[in-house]
Amino acid sequence: MSSTTFDIATAPAKDPATARALGRRRRMVDRLIRWACIGSTIIGLIFLASILVTLIYRGFAALDLTVLTREFEPTTYGDPDAPRGGLAHAIIGSLIQTSIATAVGTPVGLLVGTYLAEYARGSKLGEAVRFVSDVLLSAPSILIGLFIYQMVVLPMGGFSGLAGALALAIIVIPVVVRTTEDMLTLIPNTLREAVVALGAPKWKMITLVTWRAALSGIVTGVLLAFARIAGETAPLLLTSFGNSITSWDLSRSMSSLPIAIYQQANSGFPDLIDIAWAGALLVTLGVLSVNVVARVLLRKRK
Amino acid sequence: MQQTVTSPRSSGAFGDKIFEWLCRGAGLLVLALLGAIILTLFVGGLPAFREFGLPFLWSTDWNPVEGRESYGAAVPVLGTIITAILAILIAVPAAFGIAFYLTELAPEWIRGPVGTAIELLAAIPSIIFGMWGLFVLVPIIQNYIQLPFGEILGAIPLIGFIFDSNNFAGTSLFAAAVVLAIMILPFIAATMRDVFLTVPAVYKESAYGLGCTRWEVMNKVVIPYTRVSVVGGIMLGLGRALGETMAVTFVIGNANRIATSIFDPSTTIASVVAMEFPESLMGSLKQSSLLALGFLLFVISFIVLATSRWLLRSRLK
Repeated sequence: MSSTTFDIATAPAKDPATARALGRRRRMVDRLIRWACIGSTIIGLIFLASILVTLIYRGFAALDLTVLTREFEPTTYGDPDAPRGGLAHAIIGSLIQTSIATAVGTPVGLLVGTYLAEYARGSKLGEAVRFVSDVLLSAPSILIGLFIYQMVVLPMGGFSGLAGALALAIIVIPVVVRTTEDMLTLIPNTLREAVVALGAPKWKMITLVTWRAALSGIVTGVLLAFARIAGETAPLLLTSFGNSITSWDLSRSMSSLPIAIYQQANSGFPDLIDIAWAGALLVTLGVLSVNVVARVLLRKRK
Repeated sequence: MQQTVTSPRSSGAFGDKIFEWLCRGAGLLVLALLGAIILTLFVGGLPAFREFGLPFLWSTDWNPVEGRESYGAAVPVLGTIITAILAILIAVPAAFGIAFYLTELAPEWIRGPVGTAIELLAAIPSIIFGMWGLFVLVPIIQNYIQLPFGEILGAIPLIGFIFDSNNFAGTSLFAAAVVLAIMILPFIAATMRDVFLTVPAVYKESAYGLGCTRWEVMNKVVIPYTRVSVVGGIMLGLGRALGETMAVTFVIGNANRIATSIFDPSTTIASVVAMEFPESLMGSLKQSSLLALGFLLFVISFIVLATSRWLLRSRLK
């Protein structure tokens, strides 16, 4: 833009037209790009709105007590007297599997996060664990389904709710690890020193003080993990497979909301597709509200 | 007196040891988990690798007829890579726009709510994207996008065939790429935003002080400062796009043929596994081929995710 041989005294008078044209061009490029950015933000928001509006419009139209209380029924072929099906079996199956998965995955994730934040700072092993946990966080979930299929479904001789819960538990672990470590590293060291100075052993310092200080953050992580697995479909296809009746037996195939949505949305029958929309609305409302609660908890911390 | 002082201490030391090993054991378990996933996929895929050898990688066969069984990885691998790269091409400019808007352009009161909304987009389960894609996006592509694209861009010499297709179902590589782009958009945008925020304000202020426009500050200060991490964020999105299953399965058409046009149906590794694995017989060659595909997917996404993390290491933990 400038050079050392530039004569300041004569510069503005030299070529005001060029200077003005340059300024105009720079301003125009700036304005163009600003509008492009606003445009892309609006497009992002439109997609979100389109998904939510479609869900609400088609989901609420189909959502009623029958959907919540009945089990799967084949299509009615438009016959008003035929029994209409519902998603009760899927809701129960989802709750069972996600609860077990959260109960199994959370303690492991909590311990790993604690190891990374309290014991492994800067160590090689810690680095490796953090890296692997991050890779697992974004790894394709269907591969976790294949893994559990080989490890659990094959030896047990068939699809089972237990296998589904274990696959989801593996997905829970890295989410909890991430938030636990982040939250624990936020705790000031002076707090730890104060506890140790009082003569408490390290494990008491961690369990009674740092965990408690980071509690809301850790709970946030667990909520986010729960929300993440509530919508997982791919690993369940290969592990708990789905079922058209309510099953409480963990050693047998078990339905879940995402699987029921998947199967009924692809059935081609309008009445079943309506039920799938109702299920999709339920899952999304659940997942988004858990996310909002988690965010509120996190904001309180900050 | 002596008793009461020493006994809690020794139990504390003992408890310390147990607790530390409990934590370390959990860490080792995570390491073992990754190793076990790689190993089971490889061992499961071994019969297929043995049967077909290296040509498995570029064979386009997918023939489950008994006695003449033959499987190849070419179509799903190509489909996976094409959809993921197309998705990145669509998502990156939009994500950059959102990140630029949220860090430099937007008024303060807009940043919080819009940022949260974009992050909520990331929380929506993939099956919802799949349903939305099938019932909302695919008809739009079928009715309004494919024909004009085919007519206008199909006339371009040499590369015109990419846009010209005889498939009018709407389910296609293009539909899958658009759905994937929407899904990874919030991830890339959030990473870019966080990375842009790490640029020291002094640098930007000095550029503004010299009379730079906002775009010049972004282009000449922020981007050079954050280039490596931005690429890391894009790789993170790519890693997610490669392994996405349900959303793609809904809209890609699931056809095992090499697509010549982006409007042709095809398949990806993840969706062929989701479609065919639950129905395949335990221990069959088909199952083994699907596990071998899973192994390939794992290798590809591991490389991408590891690169992404390596590039992001300095900025974001």
